Amino acid sequence: MARPKRLVRTHTFDDWMSAGGAVVGSLCFTLVVFEHLLDGSGTLGFLVSWFAAFLLLYAGLVALNNPRPIVTERLVSATLWTAAGVVVFALGSTIVYTFAKGWNAYSHLGFFIHSMAGIAPTAPLSQGGISHAIIGSVIEVGIAVIIAVPFGIGTAVYMSEVGGRFARPVRTVVEAMTALPEILAGLFVYVVLIVDVGLPKSGLAASIAMAVTMVPIIARAAEVALRVVPAGLREASLALGAAQWRTVWKVVLPSARAGLATATILGVARGVGETAVVLITSGASTFVEVNPTKNPMNSLPLFIYTSYATHEPTAITRAFGAASVLLTLVLVLFVATRLLSRDRKAR
Amino acid sequence: MTTALPAPPASPGSGALTASGKQPRQLDPGHERSDRYFFAGARAIGLSVLVVTGAIAVFLGYQGIPTLHHYGLHFLTTTQWDPEIDKIGIAAVLVGTIEVALVAMAVAFPLAVMFALFITDYAPRRLKSWLISAIDLMAAVPSIIYGLWGFFLLQPHAINLSRWLSQHFGWFPLFHVDTDPNAAVWQQSRYTSSAFIAGLAVSMMAIPLACAVIRAVFDQAPAGEREAAMALGATRWGVARKVVLPFGKGGIIGGSMLALGRALGETAAVLIIISPAYEIKPRILEAGTQTTSALIAGNFGSATKAQLTALLAAGFVLFLMTLAVNTVAATIIARSRSGAGTDI
Repeated sequence: MARPKRLVRTHTFDDWMSAGGAVVGSLCFTLVVFEHLLDGSGTLGFLVSWFAAFLLLYAGLVALNNPRPIVTERLVSATLWTAAGVVVFALGSTIVYTFAKGWNAYSHLGFFIHSMAGIAPTAPLSQGGISHAIIGSVIEVGIAVIIAVPFGIGTAVYMSEVGGRFARPVRTVVEAMTALPEILAGLFVYVVLIVDVGLPKSGLAASIAMAVTMVPIIARAAEVALRVVPAGLREASLALGAAQWRTVWKVVLPSARAGLATATILGVARGVGETAVVLITSGASTFVEVNPTKNPMNSLPLFIYTSYATHEPTAITRAFGAASVLLTLVLVLFVATRLLSRDRKAR
Repeated sequence: MTTALPAPPASPGSGALTASGKQPRQLDPGHERSDRYFFAGARAIGLSVLVVTGAIAVFLGYQGIPTLHHYGLHFLTTTQWDPEIDKIGIAAVLVGTIEVALVAMAVAFPLAVMFALFITDYAPRRLKSWLISAIDLMAAVPSIIYGLWGFFLLQPHAINLSRWLSQHFGWFPLFHVDTDPNAAVWQQSRYTSSAFIAGLAVSMMAIPLACAVIRAVFDQAPAGEREAAMALGATRWGVARKVVLPFGKGGIIGGSMLALGRALGETAAVLIIISPAYEIKPRILEAGTQTTSALIAGNFGSATKAQLTALLAAGFVLFLMTLAVNTVAATIIARSRSGAGTDI
């Protein structure tokens, strides 16, 4: 008679029962004790004490018929699952909450068509809209992309294709600059262009500041995309006698197309959400403005902030409506990045 | 597109290959002229990025000089920011900046490390790519949305935790709140808009940044050593503790410092949550604090010329902090990855 096959890495009935039992047991325990010992620390406190009770109980249960390393392993595993759950829940709640709170605003179609020209923040939600902010965001990000993409990809080409003495410091600076506080980019542009040169607060000023924060992001992502182009392609091109710039232009960049698009989209996603920059440099208009050089121009993040700052309930609902639109934009860009990078893997 | 490759250039180098007679053939023909332009152009772009960063630093520093002339070294030790009576200083603001960033990191660091380890070593294979997407998405969500989330959704829950902490650990200066936490009707407004809650919101931006770096490094842990540990009978935690975590130490430190740099400079979320207060206080649970970036965002509009340079000087100090933190982080990460293949 053949011996039954040994199961590798499978949870036994005992494992499931001790985990489930610990969850239920600690829940009941916390429910009973919580009111007396930890009165009033709210939902958050309840969850924390439930988790602590669960760990203790689970450790006890597993220790009944397992050696110490297994007990540690189980506890670590439970903690990691919980940590992952917390992070995913935080992200999920952010998205769901924003869309839920904004529903009353963006369920009116006029929200996307009208602007806030001549409409008080306290006006009912059926009046006014954020078309001026959407148009402003699109124009500002568009100009920023036109400035930032050549610089970002050019820097990436320099770092990965040309190299030289300065490649290292450039790379270090680019990496460090990805976390350059956006407010400082905004303040820099505000003082130089608006206070000193005398430009009006405008969409263009915001675009320039935005480009400053986008360049390092694009450069970093693009460099990674260029580095994974197989060296054989470059060498084949050079061996055929092509000059280096032709190799870059006709072989390296086209091969890395998907990665470069991803880099650009990453930059756009960052730019569209920049709040501090537009707060300082663009000024908030209530009407549709398409000329980036002359007048203040509103944008989605700025509209969210200024509406929030009024502390009026309807304005806050509008802020959430605008936040939903902004989040949708970011989600669309995000999915586009995913699809592009998947495409690259498939090829 | 590659089919359109042009014919090889007619004369590589300046006729160096057509060596004749006794002249030894020159082996390095140098670069073509078009290539030299290409190199020069690429170098110019790369250097211009260096220059712009340098310009921001020099500019902020240069503009800060009049501030030091006007307010003297008191600028660094004064806590108030009172433009009306011309009493301006950044001591309290710097403390607030660091408090918010440290609260954010205290939350983000363990979560980021645990999430990264979960992704690389514990998650079922099918979940893995979804979790990586979740982290990337989390990094893409604009900070102002985390600010709204923190203020409207998180704060009503978090103040209960604040109160509980101040009830039981109020003897510790960090958790003290200047009100009676045991009162039957407790003063909720003493607990809102605090550095603690702002830090929680900022941690939402710090987690994905740190986690992405840490995960990439954990993923590169040598497969051979992992398998060796498993073959010796190690549990997954054993593998993590003896192979993955030691290997990823550089990534953990570097990634967290990158996130710290971001947390120090975060504006929108902090601006939404805190209520400005210009005093040095270790009581992170209590309402009111101020950070450098929120100070700039809140005061640049009404600032006179002198105050604007004061804001610039404050910005310069912030810049120095983030630059130092980020440069160290970038160096550590670069070192921890050296010799390893490319990621992504």
